Amino acid sequence: MRTALFVTCLNDALFPRSGQAAVSLLRRLGVEVDFPSGQSCCGQMHWNTGYRAETARLARHFVDVFEGYDAVVVPSASCGGMPAEAYALAAESVGDAGLVRDVRALAPRVHELTTYLTDVLRVEDVGAYFPHRVTYHPTCHSLRAAPVGDRPYRLLRAVRGIDFVELPAQEECCGFGGTFSVKNPAVSGAMNGDKARHVLETGAAVLAAVDNSCLMNIGGRLARDGHGVRPMHLVEILARTPEDGPLPGLPVAATEANR
Amino acid sequence: MSRTFVGWPAFPEAAVAATSDEQLRANVTRATGTIRAKRARLVAERPDWEDLRDSAAALKNDVLAHLDSYLLQVEQKVTAAGGAVHWARDAAEANRIVTDLVRATGEREIVKVKSMLTEEIGLDNALEEVGISARETDLAAAIVQLGDDLPSHVVVPALHRNRAEIRDIFVREMGRHGRPAPEGLTDDPPQLAEAARLHMREKFLKAKVAVSGANFLVAETGTAVVVESEGNGRMCLTLADTLISLVGIEKIVPRWQDLEVFLQLLARNATGERMAPYTTTWTGVIPGDGPQTFHLVLVDNGRTRALADEVGRQALRCIRCGACMNICPVYERTGGQAYGSVYPGPIGAILNPLLKGPDDPQTASLPYASSLCGACNDVCPVRIRFTDVLLELRHQVAEGDAKVKHPAEKAALRAVGAVMDHPAAWNAAVRAAGKAGPLVPKNRLPGPLGGWTDSRRTPDIPKESFRAWWKRTEGGSR
Repeated sequence: MRTALFVTCLNDALFPRSGQAAVSLLRRLGVEVDFPSGQSCCGQMHWNTGYRAETARLARHFVDVFEGYDAVVVPSASCGGMPAEAYALAAESVGDAGLVRDVRALAPRVHELTTYLTDVLRVEDVGAYFPHRVTYHPTCHSLRAAPVGDRPYRLLRAVRGIDFVELPAQEECCGFGGTFSVKNPAVSGAMNGDKARHVLETGAAVLAAVDNSCLMNIGGRLARDGHGVRPMHLVEILARTPEDGPLPGLPVAATEANR
Repeated sequence: MSRTFVGWPAFPEAAVAATSDEQLRANVTRATGTIRAKRARLVAERPDWEDLRDSAAALKNDVLAHLDSYLLQVEQKVTAAGGAVHWARDAAEANRIVTDLVRATGEREIVKVKSMLTEEIGLDNALEEVGISARETDLAAAIVQLGDDLPSHVVVPALHRNRAEIRDIFVREMGRHGRPAPEGLTDDPPQLAEAARLHMREKFLKAKVAVSGANFLVAETGTAVVVESEGNGRMCLTLADTLISLVGIEKIVPRWQDLEVFLQLLARNATGERMAPYTTTWTGVIPGDGPQTFHLVLVDNGRTRALADEVGRQALRCIRCGACMNICPVYERTGGQAYGSVYPGPIGAILNPLLKGPDDPQTASLPYASSLCGACNDVCPVRIRFTDVLLELRHQVAEGDAKVKHPAEKAALRAVGAVMDHPAAWNAAVRAAGKAGPLVPKNRLPGPLGGWTDSRRTPDIPKESFRAWWKRTEGGSR
């Protein structure tokens, strides 16, 4: 079983800790994970902005890098959804039948991280310890494009010491939408402001999600307004063990402190 | 001259004003939140909801696949039932037909109901030019018209107004267009309703000509159908001597029996009611009962253009329930007018470019007026895949023949794509980003990214990328 990590360009350049956590968690669960260094970007930005030919080019690149693997694990629902959601359409639009075929062969082996944990490795309790108050934002892609259902919640609830609190209006979009937030900054900012307000209502120390793009959006707002809530990819929580202890710099959850 | 959406700014500019209007946002959030909750409760009552959606989508697909023969059937049935059928290719033709028909009656004031299509084609202004005043009778449409305002929702056109604002409009405007508002009118809803009732009764009883739209047009019988909550539509449809109905060519359902599906879906999905209080149907003319002259104007105005779009044609399945706008987080922040059309929200974002073509700056901005969250897909009663159509239209704007181009964006994305395509170049780019990290401003990015940093701090760019870490440690094993 050859398993590759597609870390995504955003995680690679801006959130390497999420990739490192994914490696550490997967190794702990007995998966020998490889990082093919030829990888770059899934092409989502191009796809969502209307550039299909560019998307097809990056799809070809993705296939070339990953087609030798039995499984490709992606710590992102939006990037992980691209091969199944968009690549065949992009390939069709440039009339590349060979790419359509290659994509169809590879796409079923590309797994969003939480789905890989629960459905392929068949584990919900990954042995994590995280004694802090956490809320979770289900990103739009994780709700609809690459639906992960309640998997993240199942994984989170199995974490030892965690004080999990539901986010109000959780299914509402945070307003990122890739280039949407650049092309329509006023609306995007208003959506994000409401999302940040809901996060604060929970009193959580950590906001978790399976997409760092959305976390960058919400976290950017929280940071600008001077709030200390820490955005963390879900895998960074799952990677922590009792040996690691509480995460330095975060308040320990009241329930755990009283034990 | 009545206000129109002609010359409206592109969505991002229109949205700036809307999002900074606190009162507007509060009104819209409150209204959409209420309807959304009612809809969710009533949809949950129906275990066969998904089957109803499948049936509705399939029926509409059949209509669109055989639109030519269904339209001829409508013409034949309506004519046989004593009505006259007119065909209008575009707005100008439709306006000319209706203006000529009204002028022939000699009337100067007419009543209107269910008239989104007349708003789409700008009929009021065409009538005004020949000295004919058309008064809206649907309560919300009347509020919009009295306030010299523009609609912001397909079901609740005055949704952006609260009741205090409506009271002020009534007091200020009713007297100029007929019976004035009662003395001492407050913003108590029953009082507002009574004021509207008195004002409109006068119009219904005087009007000899009514102009209406229709929710459905049954091909097998030539029957037009209007679904409404107030009964004002029924007044228009039954009291006038001459009834002129303007209907978009996509409004057809094949058989009377098919209404079973649509009438169950529409009220629940639109207003969160089990059934609409008033459903009025009329077939041609019945001597001695109701309007004695009936004209049906079948309007294209871009619909065949939309039909020719393989991905986009599904938008013509729309039954105007408004659920997509009620659920849309973008619409909730801007209200409907930012979309520059009588059709706002997700359906407006796809329907307007499909009807008009994506080659003017206003319609070209609409496919981008979405974060692609996909909530609209989930509530659409006819299963329109909004996100698929939005992406197709973006593709047409970005790479198609549209006259509106985004040269800078295209060049930038192409350049980024080229780098991502070449591992060595990409490695270098990620390394450069890490080095440049401390230099990136935290609070204000230059150029087109400036808007982003108006409300967000940029993330720290770490010195060591994931790939550099992997290379240094072999994935943490060294």
